[in-house]
Amino acid sequence: MKYIDEFRDGAVARELSRAICREAGAERHYQFMEFCGGHTHAISRHGVTDLLPRNVRMVHGPGCPVCVLPIGRVDIAIQLALKEHVVLCTYGDVLRVPASGNLSLLKAKALGADIRMIYSAADALTLARENPDRQVVFFAIGFETTTPPTAVVLREARDLGVGNFSVLCNHVLTPAAIVNILESPEVRELGTVPLDGFVGPAHVSSIIGTEPYEFFASEYRKPVVIAGFEPLDVLQAILMLIRQVNDGRAEVENQFTRVVTREGNVAAQTLVSEVFELRRSFEWRGLGVVPYSALRIRDTFAAYDAERRWPLAYQQVRDNKACDCGAILRGLKHPTDCKLFGTVCTPETPMGSCMVSSEGACAAHYSYGRFRDSRELAS
Amino acid sequence: MSAVRRSYTRPLDIKRGRVDLSHGSGGRATAQLVEELFIRHLDNPWLRGHDDSACFEPPPGRLVMTTDSHVVTPLFFPGGDIGCLAVNGTINDVAMAGATPLYLAAGFILEEGFPLSELERIVASMAQAATIAKVPVIAGDTKVVEHGKGDGLYLTTTGVGVVPEGVEIGGARARVGDVAIVSGDVGDHGVAILAQREHLQFESEIRSDTAALHELVAVMLAACPDIRCLRDPTRGGLATTLNEIAQQSGVGMLLQESAIPVASMVSAACEFLGLDPLYSANEGKLVAVCPAGDAAQLLEAMRAHPLGAHAAEIGACIADDNHFVQMQTRLGGRRVVDWLSGEQLPRIC
Amino acid sequence: MCLAIPARVINLEPADQALVELSGVRKRISLALVDDVAPGDYVIVHVGYALAKLNPSAAAATLEAMQSVNATPFAGTTAP
Repeated sequence: MKYIDEFRDGAVARELSRAICREAGAERHYQFMEFCGGHTHAISRHGVTDLLPRNVRMVHGPGCPVCVLPIGRVDIAIQLALKEHVVLCTYGDVLRVPASGNLSLLKAKALGADIRMIYSAADALTLARENPDRQVVFFAIGFETTTPPTAVVLREARDLGVGNFSVLCNHVLTPAAIVNILESPEVRELGTVPLDGFVGPAHVSSIIGTEPYEFFASEYRKPVVIAGFEPLDVLQAILMLIRQVNDGRAEVENQFTRVVTREGNVAAQTLVSEVFELRRSFEWRGLGVVPYSALRIRDTFAAYDAERRWPLAYQQVRDNKACDCGAILRGLKHPTDCKLFGTVCTPETPMGSCMVSSEGACAAHYSYGRFRDSRELAS
Repeated sequence: MSAVRRSYTRPLDIKRGRVDLSHGSGGRATAQLVEELFIRHLDNPWLRGHDDSACFEPPPGRLVMTTDSHVVTPLFFPGGDIGCLAVNGTINDVAMAGATPLYLAAGFILEEGFPLSELERIVASMAQAATIAKVPVIAGDTKVVEHGKGDGLYLTTTGVGVVPEGVEIGGARARVGDVAIVSGDVGDHGVAILAQREHLQFESEIRSDTAALHELVAVMLAACPDIRCLRDPTRGGLATTLNEIAQQSGVGMLLQESAIPVASMVSAACEFLGLDPLYSANEGKLVAVCPAGDAAQLLEAMRAHPLGAHAAEIGACIADDNHFVQMQTRLGGRRVVDWLSGEQLPRIC
Repeated sequence: MCLAIPARVINLEPADQALVELSGVRKRISLALVDDVAPGDYVIVHVGYALAKLNPSAAAATLEAMQSVNATPFAGTTAP
């Protein structure tokens, strides 16, 4: 597979690993956060951790829109499906997220709700057009990568007047989450963020460009390297971060030059701002309420907003008190530090955002990295 | 002398007809369905005998019996259908015990309204698979449920086989130092089924690998009588099967990612959908664990058979109290290949 | 967080669609979010939409820099 296989090459990985080991000064520790769940997944799946020296540690951030989706929002979707009998369409990732009342979208389906998994937002609109006598709701989730397709579909729905179609919007914004991490109370207590830099998201950046990250670099003096999704990209980005830290620089660098530019996809950004506007605040599971971090549908598209079509009240649902996701998401604790990890909380029975999707820090560690715990104990 | 008019029964309208409740009631309609559709295709002396049971002389050896229910959707997919899938699947379960499959039985639960033309396609496909495998379907049953109470068709197949003396194969027999071998490309069936479902259409066809493996198994046993374990990695894929064996045998495993054969189209489809071929079902592949010294000979024998042409050694059993299945990735790192958690669904994320 | 893959454009189709291909697997996707796409180009595909075009010379440069990381000091690309 072109542009994929060559960026997974083992021999080149060893070269990059050698360079990292050489340049990561043995006297200090480096702690970088990869914000994006796709990077967490790539690191776990390919075993990138084994190619890093012990003094370079990757902290898994909150960058998975399923992980940070509050239970209360899933409850709304289930309610629409079960009580209002809509056809509820969503991406596969959300189907198993446990919600209130021991339900999930998949369990609601077992109870008779008409819930359909789709691959593309366009499929939801097609379903609506093919079933004019049913209300079809698209439960839209995702960061800035996934938002433009929803915008395209809303514009099409309006242009074609597909009256039985609407969107339940849960799109969230990356920069706001990064700020939240950098400004967390623990950080204020400690006086510093226990992070030396960020590996920035690949495909979010293909839309928003590298420019929005310049704020973090200058304001918080943290280097950011935007990295592609393949393991060689991640390794090269880590090397670039180490060099920045060693040089005392705090800049935004672009490792993913084959896709990402400074301004990003302007057409997509314009479309998104035509269709959506900022919500004043939105709850992120694990991070709490984050201001100006999420989008809602503009008044001009109100007719296609599920939240305006039905009276839906959002009810906050708190996670288990012993759940350490908040600290884990901010790089302050490791999954194994959490009392619930591996016992009460597993990928089968997730208690918090870090375990809910395969890209959450705890799920990734459980599925791919657990064997390291016994190795580390033994050594 | 007046000739007695033979009673006339209008033949089943297979092209346009549909299953209705009378077909399951055990009366004339059932008999007609059995005669004109089932026996017509699955034709053999047992079924033609019209008895409620089939009698046979068991050959020497220990008997093996297995059963499987098939609820696959869609019923028809590239490379096969529920019919041949069921026949091959049950034959394979018998074969995984090292047994020679002898006979099959098939139970059908049909939904009222199911088109007879589709039923015929499925039964004909079963018949063809049974003929190719030389394992006849000698007993059967049909029931009909009301519309809305079934997914078109549910199929249960039971198989009987005989294990020759001296053959001892089981999931608990793997030992440290043994080698794991897979008979060919993994992940085909699961991806073919998932791609076929609504809204995941690819323009290019990924076909199910459904096939009966008993002849390959016979060749393998002849080349390596000391095979420890045989299993076909169906639901949950190769990863789940290896975890099962590791758990049962009390060992760990270390696999080499670069050694695991995956067809390039299956790899690509998995990239599109965010799936892992290691967790995708296989219906025409097997995993064997054998002593390290026998591996080369076993592989040679497998590769000489059409169903083992891409056979490959993928890893070894190691000592590990946690019974982890670990994998050395292409990149040179290590990861655990865990049990499948829930159902593998495409992801955006 | 966003699963996207580079796929080659085979044909442009009406209504802003394109047929793309990855290792023999073909899929119809939307070009509503990108302009100036021609057959032979590679695009990044996410949930059935092309998000951006892939720049082959940048890809080659990146790969080259990776391969020679221990030979020459990497210049890096600070965002312009």
